[in-house]
Amino acid sequence: MTPLVRMTGIDKHFPGVHALRAARFDLMPGEVHALMGENGAGKSTLMKVLSGIYQPDGGTVEVSGEPVTINGPRAAQALGIGIIHQELALMNDLTVAQNIFIGREPRRSFGRLDEAQLNADASAIFAQMKVHIDPKAEVRTLSVARQQMVEIAKALSFRSGILIMDEPTAALNDAETNELFAIIRGLKAEGVGVVYISHKMDEIRRISDRVTIMRDGAYVGTVHSAETPIETIISMMVGRDLESVHVDIPDLTAAPVALEVRGLNRGRIIRDVGFSVKQGEILGFAGLMGAGRTEVARAIFGADPRDGGEIIVHGKPATIRTPKDAVAAGIGYLSEDRKHFGLALGLDVRANVGMTSLARFSNAMGVLDEAELEKTARDYIAQLAIRTPSDRQEVRLLSGGNQQKIVIAKWLLRDCDILIFDEPTRGIDVGAKAEIYRLMQALAADGKAIIVISSELPEVLRLSHRIAVMCEGRLTGILPGGPGTRQEDIMRLATMKHSAVEEALA
Amino acid sequence: MTTLPAATPARKPASGAQQKLLAFASLIALLVFFSVASPNFLQTSNMLAILQATSVNGVLAIAATLVIITGGIDLSVGTLMTFCAVMAGVILTNAGMPLPFGIIGAIAVGAICGTISGTLVAKMKIPPFIATLGMMLILKGLSLIISGTKPIYFNDTPGFSEISTGSLIGTFVPSVPVPNGVLILFVLALVISYVLNRTVLGRYCFALGSNEEAVRLSGVNTDAWKIAIYALAGSICGIAGLIIASRLNSAQPALGLGYELDAIAAVVIGGTSLAGGRGSILGTIIGALIMAVLLNGLRVMSVAQEWQTVVTGGIIIAAVYADMLRRRRAAS
Repeated sequence: MTPLVRMTGIDKHFPGVHALRAARFDLMPGEVHALMGENGAGKSTLMKVLSGIYQPDGGTVEVSGEPVTINGPRAAQALGIGIIHQELALMNDLTVAQNIFIGREPRRSFGRLDEAQLNADASAIFAQMKVHIDPKAEVRTLSVARQQMVEIAKALSFRSGILIMDEPTAALNDAETNELFAIIRGLKAEGVGVVYISHKMDEIRRISDRVTIMRDGAYVGTVHSAETPIETIISMMVGRDLESVHVDIPDLTAAPVALEVRGLNRGRIIRDVGFSVKQGEILGFAGLMGAGRTEVARAIFGADPRDGGEIIVHGKPATIRTPKDAVAAGIGYLSEDRKHFGLALGLDVRANVGMTSLARFSNAMGVLDEAELEKTARDYIAQLAIRTPSDRQEVRLLSGGNQQKIVIAKWLLRDCDILIFDEPTRGIDVGAKAEIYRLMQALAADGKAIIVISSELPEVLRLSHRIAVMCEGRLTGILPGGPGTRQEDIMRLATMKHSAVEEALA
Repeated sequence: MTTLPAATPARKPASGAQQKLLAFASLIALLVFFSVASPNFLQTSNMLAILQATSVNGVLAIAATLVIITGGIDLSVGTLMTFCAVMAGVILTNAGMPLPFGIIGAIAVGAICGTISGTLVAKMKIPPFIATLGMMLILKGLSLIISGTKPIYFNDTPGFSEISTGSLIGTFVPSVPVPNGVLILFVLALVISYVLNRTVLGRYCFALGSNEEAVRLSGVNTDAWKIAIYALAGSICGIAGLIIASRLNSAQPALGLGYELDAIAAVVIGGTSLAGGRGSILGTIIGALIMAVLLNGLRVMSVAQEWQTVVTGGIIIAAVYADMLRRRRAAS
């Protein structure tokens, strides 16, 4: 049988990143083919090449045996390739039918729309899918699950023989997932080939025929889902048997608890999360994208509302409703997006270091004591080894690592002794990473409580005294740090769905 | 086949309709208030004066509505109107060509300028605010240069003043002498309303303002459509230019600056979201009427002109705040 799709030797570079390295993939008619890999493995990029959103730098794509060039979404549609993006690409202000046929509206003369035909066509597709959605409903009034169905209907409306789904169940509950799977099975029976990108192991086993695993932009292997143990797939994803990292875990039995969180809840994003961090401890937070780690940090910091949960700082319940309350309680949050939320890039080092503590450097009239600011900035430049020509240098001209140090200085100056680092080394080169790690370790040794959220498992393993793992808004486990914990252990918890957690507890 | 739990019936989105209702109720309230406050207000001549005063701002506001629904903004509508009027003057008075050439010329010049704005925004990716701010100043300057800073009169083209001040309706129904300028406004409103709700161009207007990237990924040539929308808005500015030049029987090159803000104010009061994706011509017309009624009513009540401006400002803030409140309630 001729494969529907055969991609070989696909290469793709982005500035500073080699996103795909001779990647390959094939898809048979009537097959559900799962594509798996860690964050940044290149799954979505590869599928964006197939759907014409990215142009590959090298390699060949064949559709039904014919070599093709897919130079845009329209070309992909013409080849019968439909994609359902991870982030729903719908127009909220338009109706369901209008969304499905955007760009291909049934027309009458003079560009007039045939709205009746439009709605009838949409109804026909929903009938085929066996779901009931009003084609005239405005998309913004639908639940996420139903919006997902609209996306699928849109893809089907192209008579797609090839359907790409990028994490389609990320926002669905179990019943909705079941309905989606029923639709996928229906499509399969009609000979449609489905590419299914997901992180969820149990779903892969339930719905897919084969699994292709990618790592670092390259092809690792393809296996049959039914007969391959999950452990094998995980170790293929993780790849390298990690060189054992040496973590000095201090004895903290006598150390007082700095921060304790109980029963933290926020809608479906954070579900009953509880943990504690001691003074001098580094608690790592691992999980896949969308597991809810950043959301937990933001909820603790008062940046997002909470439905419930207690936050206890140094043994006393703290009322934290806004970031200001959190800072007053001694909690600092170092956002994953330094440039947006952490720094004023156009201002100099001195101004950034003093930014959150200006009250301390000003007199009753609000006039700043520049001499004192300068002295403080210079102290931190020396203490944290910030490489800058002077304290007057504009922050945007410094490297990522040095920018991160300035954010750290800002929070230290504010007397924060609980520091939450969200992806502290994103966009920072390898040498500077090691320096940030040493700095974090030194802060912990100095008695600060540190939470570090990272999507890079080696980073979590290298830094953490304990490792909290999240999946779908739940804390699925806390593992000890050090060489006893392997990446596979973390991955298992990070892909453990709710049902599995309950089984484990039973 | 499992079905989703409790398929939520498509709740009719309250948003746009509610805001329109609110605007309409405000308009009625204003009419009632001024009728009670001043006996002169409700006279036919005064009502016609209000409609006459709405015609130019209303037409410009229709142009602005199109662009604002796409998520853009057009600051050049006022000076483009003047530029089109000046070009009509050049064609009719300076070149002495017959009336139809002047009308078609003015509208064509508007469409060309709109195409330029649209190209700056869509192809060169200049933010709409900046692109149309630049166009606004360029067109103001060009109007002054071409006219030699002097008004161009239409005394040699007898039919020209009929465009705005004549009354086609009045010739059939003498008791209702609605000026042609007002007739043009309402016919245009109906046509553009139809375009927005029933044609491909209108569909892409809303789609672009709702989620441009999604439209692009659906294989639509978003740049071309965006340019077409700006061009349509430009040609509508040409119509406004004809109305105002006809009413003044001259193209006044110094006029135009400030009209764009009145037009945008009418759009906003009418409930069109500056964020794009939603809006309506009916709302915009009601918004323009509210502004005209307010100004006229205050004048009839002998309120100083300075205060009329202050009140207009207050109304804009109140309208947007009401919209924000409604939105927040809808979100929660």
